[in-house]
Amino acid sequence: MDLTSVRTVRVPHRRDELGCAPGEVLLGGGTWLFSEPQPGVTGLVDLAGLGWPPLTVTGAGLSIAGTCTLAELGAATPGLPAPVAALVGACCDALLGSFTVRHAATVGGNVCLALPAGPMIALAATLDADALVWTPGGGERTEPVADLVLGVRRTALRPGEVLRSVEVPRAVLDARTAARRIALSPLGRSGAFVTGRVDATGRTVVVVTASTPRPHVLRFDAPPGPGELAGAVHAIDDWYDDPHGAPDWRHAMTVLLAEEVRAELAAAPPPAPAGRGGGA
Amino acid sequence: MRFHVDGEPVEAAPRPGQVLRTLLREHGHHAVKKGCDAGDCGACTVLLDGAAVHACLVPAHRLDGRSVTTAAGLGTPDALHPLQRAFVDAGAFQCGFCTAGMVVTASTFTDEERADPEALARLLKGNLCRCTGYRSIRDGICGVVNTGPAPAGDAAGRSVPAPAAVRVVTGTEPYTLDVRTPDLAHVAVLGSPHAHARITAIDTRAAEAMPGVRAVLTHHDSPATLFSTGRHESRTDDPDDTRVLDPVLRFRGQRVAAVVADSLAEAERALDALLVDYEVLPAVLDPELADLPGAPLVHGDKGPESRIAAPERNTVAEMHGELGDVDAALAAADVVVTGTWRTPRVNHAALETHATRGWLDADGRLVLRTSSQVPFLVRDEIAHVLGLDRERVRVFTGRIGGGFGGKQEMLTEDLVALAVLRIGRPVQYEMTREDEFRVAPTRHPMRVTVTLGATRDGVLTAMAVDELADTGAYGNHGVGVMFHSVNESTSVYRCPNKRVDARSVYTHTLPSGAFRGYGLGQVAFAVESALDELARELGIDPFDLRRRNVVVPGDPLVVTDPAGHPELLYGSYGLDQCLDLAQDALARGDGVAAPTGPTWRTGTGMALAMIATLPPRGHHAEVAARLLPGGDVEVDVGTAEFGNGTTTVHAQLVATALGTRTDRVRVRQSDTDTARYDTGAYGSAGVVVAGRALHVAALALAAAMERRAVALVGAGQGASSGASPLVAHGGAAGPTTDAARDEDAHDVRVVDGGVLVGDRLVTADELLAAGPLEADASEHGALRSVAFNVHAFRVAVDTATGEVRVLQSVQAVDAGTVLNPEQLRGQVEGGTAQALGTALHEEVRLDAEGRVTTAAFRSYHVPQMSDVPVTEVLFARTHDDLGPLGAKSMSEAPYNPVAPALANAVRDALGVRPHALPMTRDRVWRLAAGCRVAPSDAAP
Repeated sequence: MDLTSVRTVRVPHRRDELGCAPGEVLLGGGTWLFSEPQPGVTGLVDLAGLGWPPLTVTGAGLSIAGTCTLAELGAATPGLPAPVAALVGACCDALLGSFTVRHAATVGGNVCLALPAGPMIALAATLDADALVWTPGGGERTEPVADLVLGVRRTALRPGEVLRSVEVPRAVLDARTAARRIALSPLGRSGAFVTGRVDATGRTVVVVTASTPRPHVLRFDAPPGPGELAGAVHAIDDWYDDPHGAPDWRHAMTVLLAEEVRAELAAAPPPAPAGRGGGA
Repeated sequence: MRFHVDGEPVEAAPRPGQVLRTLLREHGHHAVKKGCDAGDCGACTVLLDGAAVHACLVPAHRLDGRSVTTAAGLGTPDALHPLQRAFVDAGAFQCGFCTAGMVVTASTFTDEERADPEALARLLKGNLCRCTGYRSIRDGICGVVNTGPAPAGDAAGRSVPAPAAVRVVTGTEPYTLDVRTPDLAHVAVLGSPHAHARITAIDTRAAEAMPGVRAVLTHHDSPATLFSTGRHESRTDDPDDTRVLDPVLRFRGQRVAAVVADSLAEAERALDALLVDYEVLPAVLDPELADLPGAPLVHGDKGPESRIAAPERNTVAEMHGELGDVDAALAAADVVVTGTWRTPRVNHAALETHATRGWLDADGRLVLRTSSQVPFLVRDEIAHVLGLDRERVRVFTGRIGGGFGGKQEMLTEDLVALAVLRIGRPVQYEMTREDEFRVAPTRHPMRVTVTLGATRDGVLTAMAVDELADTGAYGNHGVGVMFHSVNESTSVYRCPNKRVDARSVYTHTLPSGAFRGYGLGQVAFAVESALDELARELGIDPFDLRRRNVVVPGDPLVVTDPAGHPELLYGSYGLDQCLDLAQDALARGDGVAAPTGPTWRTGTGMALAMIATLPPRGHHAEVAARLLPGGDVEVDVGTAEFGNGTTTVHAQLVATALGTRTDRVRVRQSDTDTARYDTGAYGSAGVVVAGRALHVAALALAAAMERRAVALVGAGQGASSGASPLVAHGGAAGPTTDAARDEDAHDVRVVDGGVLVGDRLVTADELLAAGPLEADASEHGALRSVAFNVHAFRVAVDTATGEVRVLQSVQAVDAGTVLNPEQLRGQVEGGTAQALGTALHEEVRLDAEGRVTTAAFRSYHVPQMSDVPVTEVLFARTHDDLGPLGAKSMSEAPYNPVAPALANAVRDALGVRPHALPMTRDRVWRLAAGCRVAPSDAAP
């Protein structure tokens, strides 16, 4: 929708032009920003002019620009190891918006929006990705994406900070993954989304999103048994309540889905699933 | 900046913060609709450099050098894109407001994706259709042909496409706001921040001084005349409890003030400058508390002239009636069952929001182009409220993007009228999707208790219904919905002892209104659930229990008063067939296997519904049909088209009567300046009232044409130039064709293009050379028939997650003669899909302070393609004595039996009965708690 309070649009081409004046906000894909009235927002600072390459493979791993769209991310899955590609596909599919939204929605925008059902948060947390944050004045810092999201619509980003990229470490790209999702309707907004990864060493990460206000990362040095995992899930105590599911149901579904993720990760490596990301 | 739209260059200077959708529409590209303006519904989908995107989310400043394709660029009415052709052939729309975006989205699919229903459902999750239930859309994408032209004179009973089809699929059919109006001003409304408050002061000076602002309207500018937003043939059906702008605010979001400005942005900005002081008053939000002593009064200031049953008890209407002696019958019954069921607020979610554009015409008359099901009733009430002569007001509609009862309300017209009269310029008020959720009336939420008594062999001996409806802050439709809700839902059963206690109460919440079925669905959920319970108690098949107790021709149709509705007749009766058809279909199965696994349970369920074919106490249509040069026929009819398909059926009836083709029929509709009168498109009246009138008018026109042709042939070649205009009147129609035949030895009949007298074709132009040929007719709905629906489901329920999966869905309907099988199937599928939304997903939620918390499609789940199973639609074979060519209405009715049939199937699967809608997964999961404790013992 038109943002009628907006008076200015800036499209910076250099980092030093990025700083936001009062009333200005950063524009990534715009798929959330333009989807609700934004009272008090008087200016847009469009990140598109910075021309960040969407995906870069480096010696350290995979660098996903904040402005990389979900469609671009999904399109890159054929170049990724199958288990990670499958996780990317599952996370793209978990977005409430259809492929028509994925053409514009960005990875950075999804993370910074910090909704409980933010599938890019789930993806990054499951892959132990760091957020590379540009700080005002030209510096930068890194912080695990899982720690960046503090609560519903609340992040650890400070004023003037910009999420430059999500850095996926090379080591996790060989991991096996699993993902399970449930909503009140087959393709509705996620009520619980459980993603998991097991490294060659057996180190296991299970991430709970959508059923809680912020991501919960459950870590195990070795593949957990059913009881151990269920115990860790039951220790979560902030089950989310909104029209996408009652807290008691979300708790129970998370237990259920986590066990399915655990079982899949514990099973012998399955045949490479086809990437399900993208759309048309 | 410069970009291309549908191949044409566009120079534009978008405003900061503007999106592609509004930029395109400002440049006249009206194929791009506003459904939600939030990226949830897909009605504005365009191709941006070939990729499908929601135009409402695309920042306009990024468009330089880019290329946009809308539905109008994919193809044109003369050169349709293959997918557009396929949508026409499939009949893949009803209101068609989603269609342009649907076509654009689907144009990007590969053959593999088109062939895979699951892929289609995933790819179309961002495209909502509120009308069809999606089956026909899938058919369109897959190239299934469901419609086709009919031979001349043989259109009735055939699946002809909607007359507007090629325009709808190309985005060129003009909906309410799809016209250009120079010098247009816009309205923005400040909503109440309180559930109950009085405006003690309002300072508009700062707002009035802001750029572009032309007027600020407050309660000081409002007419004092009280009215109701709900519209009926008789304005006294609804309480007069509403003002255009009221100093007392009775729900959050109620109009406080309106700003009229040169642009919407300027109007919205000026809202922030309004200074309002409120005296916050105590509010009652819970209908259970509303009529208790001491409850804050919603309309305590109203007197008897407002026609509120008991304002001192917050009661807008109540009914208490008893037939026989229910208590004694219950005491004597072999079996008694009872229960209490609850239904939620449900939003219509028509994809086109309420909107009106108004102006003054050259004669200074007020003209309103509006999204309304009832333009004539709006005209009359606008004239009443503003103190204008009826002749000084014209109200008309374009094609309307969905209604479902939600546009039997005057929500935007009054404010536009006030603004136009104030500033003298064209003015538009378009509600946002958020407005639709926060302030537009919903389905009445109800709490219904049903108690049934029966003999051991399953004969009903007692029925007691206790209903509490929450009408919200205003009583629009509150009276009618309450009385209708307990009517056919109870009178369909023969029972010597019946008691009905019903109340509809005011609360300080958003108003409830009219919605498909008009209350019957809510009460049917309770009654049909109770009957299912009774069948279980008795060990009788639920179909058989219905057979033993439903009315059959000859039985009086009684709620509690035996003299209740003498005008309600069995014009036809197909309930017996519907029960057989649904039961047989269920027994036959559909080959869909239940999911395997220890947590799944399966079950079947059914329910029935009866509905009167039109509203009581008169429903009027005054129509005309005239022959045009060349042989086309023009008809004037008041009925609005909003996906009801009435226009198609009207063209079929006229073409059939006149021996011509449907594309020869030009329907001029829903304009108070063309048709003489029409009560409106509600209560399923479009076919049986206006359609019947049109059929009579067309028959009269045919007779007039035949008489003149005979005269012309008898007088030798050519017409006598001095012939006077021959205008026949509908009442005298009847078998005039035979009369004409008797006059002359020739065989005389109307045919495509004229009249055949023997083997001589007298052309339309020859006929008209002797003067105009026109016939009018009227219908007043004095007698009403009844229609029937039976729905049955087979479901699987996952006790681990609460998922309800429909394995089979069948609805058998008695609509009398089926005039257009594909359209009728679409109405049944669409009603079923809406009811599945109510049954499984939809609920307008309020927080503890009466604030709507589900104010967008992303939090209020309207069924997507993936949510709607295929429903097998079966037709009973009946012929109605009252309807045109034996037809009955069938537009609201399919909704009514669905939720109880599904709930009964869930009960069968789980052994636990649902008592509340929607049956969301979290609720069903709770219901199934007992099943999870000992899964091995829980086999059904």
